[in-house]
Amino acid sequence: MAKPLIQIEGLYKVFGKQPKSVMPMVHAGQSKEQILADTGHTLGLKNINMTVNKGEIFVIMGLSGSGKSTLIRHFNRLIDPTEGVIKFEDIDVMKLPAKELEQFRRHKMSMVFQRFGLMPHRTVLENVSYGLSIQGVKKGVRLAKAKEWLDTVGLAGYESQYPAQLSGGQQQRVGLARALCTNAEILLMDEAFSALDPLIRSEMQDQLIELQDKLHKTIIFITHDLDEALRIGDRIAILKDGEMVQQGTPDEILLNPANDYVEAFVKDVNRARALTVENVMKPPSRRITADTIGEALEQMKIIKGDYGYYVNDDGYQGIVTQDTLEEACCENDSQKLGDEFLEELAGIAPGAILETVIPETLEAEYSLPVIDKDGNLKGELSRRSLADVLGDREKCEGNTKTAA
Amino acid sequence: MAESSWLTKFPQMDRADLTGIRKSLDSAYRDFSREYGESIEAFFDPLLIFLVWFEKLLLATPWWLVIIVVTAIVYIACRSWKLCLGVVISFLAIGYFGMWENTMRTMSIITVCTLMAIALGIPIGIIMARSDKAQSVITPMLDVMQTMPAFVYLIPVVMLLGIGKIPGVIAVIIYAIPPVIRLTNLGIRLVDKEVLEAATAYGANSTQRLLGVQLPLAMPTIMAGINQTIMMALSMVVIASMIGVKGLGQPVLKSITNQYFTLGLFNGLAIVALAIIFDRVSQAYAKRSQRHMEGMQNG
Repeated sequence: MAKPLIQIEGLYKVFGKQPKSVMPMVHAGQSKEQILADTGHTLGLKNINMTVNKGEIFVIMGLSGSGKSTLIRHFNRLIDPTEGVIKFEDIDVMKLPAKELEQFRRHKMSMVFQRFGLMPHRTVLENVSYGLSIQGVKKGVRLAKAKEWLDTVGLAGYESQYPAQLSGGQQQRVGLARALCTNAEILLMDEAFSALDPLIRSEMQDQLIELQDKLHKTIIFITHDLDEALRIGDRIAILKDGEMVQQGTPDEILLNPANDYVEAFVKDVNRARALTVENVMKPPSRRITADTIGEALEQMKIIKGDYGYYVNDDGYQGIVTQDTLEEACCENDSQKLGDEFLEELAGIAPGAILETVIPETLEAEYSLPVIDKDGNLKGELSRRSLADVLGDREKCEGNTKTAA
Repeated sequence: MAESSWLTKFPQMDRADLTGIRKSLDSAYRDFSREYGESIEAFFDPLLIFLVWFEKLLLATPWWLVIIVVTAIVYIACRSWKLCLGVVISFLAIGYFGMWENTMRTMSIITVCTLMAIALGIPIGIIMARSDKAQSVITPMLDVMQTMPAFVYLIPVVMLLGIGKIPGVIAVIIYAIPPVIRLTNLGIRLVDKEVLEAATAYGANSTQRLLGVQLPLAMPTIMAGINQTIMMALSMVVIASMIGVKGLGQPVLKSITNQYFTLGLFNGLAIVALAIIFDRVSQAYAKRSQRHMEGMQNG
């Protein structure tokens, strides 16, 4: 595996008058409440270890007070840890002197804020170019660059407006453009979409994913919304009371919650929207590759079913049933298995969101074949596995909420 | 002191001791002013030269030119024809009632005092905003400056520098500077934390944060402080005239001692007119410089 871009090891943060003095108690494993009662210090983060790889969207998720906003501020040292190591490539961020830290912030990381953090006295264009102006880039150059990014986020024509004249969604687009304008490798997004209403939020998520496909930044994204985390995250870390509860890919979190806390979160998630076909499908067992009817019938016996997916060198061709084969076999079993014996059944893409394939899955007589874009048979999706994955939630929650 | 009397009578210090303290303090200060008075006066010489020059300039300029220049400044600052008309009318009235020269003197000293107060007050306010320790030291000093009767600190200033323009300016500044310091401090402290954090996150150093974020965002509050400072400076004009500052204060002082009601009223009204002009102009300017705040409620 490639070397991680950012590495955090043994990070602790204690808030209070003399944080260092409390560290022995923290290491002794005393609880957050105990420490607060005894010393008046608040344990913000406890033994955080994580790595962020280049080019991924790493989501840190937690409820308010879980320390997620504190954690993200450690990446660019807006907050200094009480103890621990923060590494960016080979740079030990903790050891950077003030001047170099400024340079590091200017060139390596940019940040998007929950309440936008735009400068109300500067125009939209000046706001976008703020990072470059701090770097000392000439006005003409930076405004031209800012204009490009403003166009990219879809705000062309708003250059000379002031932030207060824009809607929340537009303001956050300005915030995003400002972050992208410095061309920093890492994007820190602190609850960037939380202050927006749901429709705008999902629009912004789409835009972020779209931009990420083009730009391949490393994004650290904070949210309290698991749906959001699952939607945009390549990997997710869940924080609770300053402790890391679970780290993993979205489907790991969804399908194997580490403890009750994560499970409680996960049960509210709309799985149909969070999971893809790939996560749920079974490996393909009904593959028929024979050239003739006879051989096909042999294969059909082995797979113990009454239908199979016919695959030849050009990939998936269609579905073939036992009844058809037996009928044809009576005439001539060395007959070639041609198109006339196949039934059409459209495959589904492995990357498709589960929700979008529910109707097809329920309507089809057979399990649906999962076909990648080159036509290869990747797996199959049965009504049963669909029901298992979606029904699980209804069972343990016992509510009447239908999958939207 | 009899044993029983401390219950009914406050056990005060011996009269002789008290006199001793007074005498030694007084003489120490007198010695100090004899020793250093001249060098301190020399220190303030450039200010005095500027003051005299500015006053002479205002007095030597033809009255119509003064009115044109002031009206032009007012128009540039607030783009309001109404206000400009008000300025022209009040200046014409002041001149017609024979108070032109005194008004020019007062205007010159107020302008210099305000500029000095801003030049000193904003940096002090910035220091206060940056350090809680500085704030805890400076705040009580400001409290003293604002509540101590002006006459009390006039005494040492006069002892040190004699009577004249400089002690007057110092007295006015002491009295008028607290609002601009306080409101600079407050304005900077009230700047949205997230905006400041954003500046830090993009690698701004402390100067870039101060000039690019804190001061511009604190500007409405600072302008309110400047406005208050101007008003307080104007209200000190009469007291300052007691130590020889010429201007609209002197006729007022004369009318108090001689019971000239009309003279006092006219000069008082002239001070009021100046105050209203300064106030409206500084407020209109502050408002105009905050145009980006329009539509804030749509946010």
